Amino acid sequence: MNLHKQVATTAVLLTLFAIIGAALVGLTHDNTIDAIKYNEQLTLLRNLNTILPASDYDNDLLADTIQLAPDPLLGTDLESIAYRARKQDNPVAIVLSAIAPNGYNGSIYLLVGIKYDGSLAGVRVVKHRETPGLGDAVEERRSDWILDFTGKSLSNPKPKQWKVKRDGGDFDQFTGATITPRAVVNAVHSALLYFEQHRETLFKNKTSETNANKNTLAP
Amino acid sequence: MTNEQHSITKDGLWTNNVALVQLLGLCPLLAVTGTLINGLGLGIATLITLVLSNTFVSIIRHWTRPEVRIPIFVLIIASIVTAIELMMNAWFHELYLVLGIFIPLIVTNCSIIARAEAFASRNKVIVSALDGLMMGLGFALVLIVLGGLREIIGQGTLFANAELMFGPAAAGLTLTLGENYHGFLLAVLPPGAFIGLGLLIAVKNSVDRYLKQRTANVTIHTASANEI
Repeated sequence: MNLHKQVATTAVLLTLFAIIGAALVGLTHDNTIDAIKYNEQLTLLRNLNTILPASDYDNDLLADTIQLAPDPLLGTDLESIAYRARKQDNPVAIVLSAIAPNGYNGSIYLLVGIKYDGSLAGVRVVKHRETPGLGDAVEERRSDWILDFTGKSLSNPKPKQWKVKRDGGDFDQFTGATITPRAVVNAVHSALLYFEQHRETLFKNKTSETNANKNTLAP
Repeated sequence: MTNEQHSITKDGLWTNNVALVQLLGLCPLLAVTGTLINGLGLGIATLITLVLSNTFVSIIRHWTRPEVRIPIFVLIIASIVTAIELMMNAWFHELYLVLGIFIPLIVTNCSIIARAEAFASRNKVIVSALDGLMMGLGFALVLIVLGGLREIIGQGTLFANAELMFGPAAAGLTLTLGENYHGFLLAVLPPGAFIGLGLLIAVKNSVDRYLKQRTANVTIHTASANEI
């Protein structure tokens, strides 16, 4: 009998503390969720704005999105979201997520901004695990290398020159790191090819109104 | 300061330092100390967790039962860490982006459950909170020193990214030591963390030995003086 009582007490105790813990987390979650969402959107918008200056478009970039199916040219194996910039309803540019699968230390995640005319608005590395001090020069805060892509397109340089210099192309590599820039150059080139094939469908069906309340930038 | 408080303080900061003596919580310690600010960020998060978990565990120490105390401690610690993670994400988002994956790892920092079990579950609330504070402070100091060392040697800067923590005004805090310093990669990479921690432990041990010898000498001197 005593044993039963003991088991019951411990079970009640554990349940009680589980409820208290869950309540604590739930309460904090409720009180921070808005701020967290706001932060995430703001960070995303800031990243996008380094590629596409806010003055170049007048729509709500975070609302006007399109879901892209996985595509080998983008290196994506899940659906990805692309952000579309328009000015007075004319397409200006699109920001695609691309993945370079063959970095030195795993995949390199990129944001590739492509203007409607097919030239690059800019490229940024979002996430990578390249060697600090060598491969991480693809980050904007480490070196200006990634800025060289701006203005380039499929015809500039010529398709054969879309390689790092080591491979006979036009793009610099870094001292001590060829694999990282090679992976990024390839991924950007593929993203441009993807854009060329899908240009018209990418800008269809403006979606600024739907999901508007989910994406508003009010804290 | 009473004797007890004094010994808790000394224990946490030096004699029984979590990182240098107990060698607990090395995973986050070695992983985030690439820069001083990263070390400071995780140090503060761990410190807050330790104080809160010690306080809670001490409050409920009479209501738990020995058979289920460990699961209850784990529940408490996990809830606190999750709450801290959410709050950091909400209010220190930039720093959260840097430290992100290491915040949940605080749960796995054995020093927290170790203090809950070894100290907080047997002592009064105030003393337990003080123990959490001092243990956390000792851990944070090691994170800061190691982060600072690795940053100076690895990148030649100090206080880089201070704005992540203290707002845009702190961006000017960043010190660059030597214009043409290109950095020493080893210090930034994981082996640098191990070597750095090893050196810190060595320094602590040699300081301890020096102090011990000095006290020994003083005792001998006074002893011989007494004989004369």
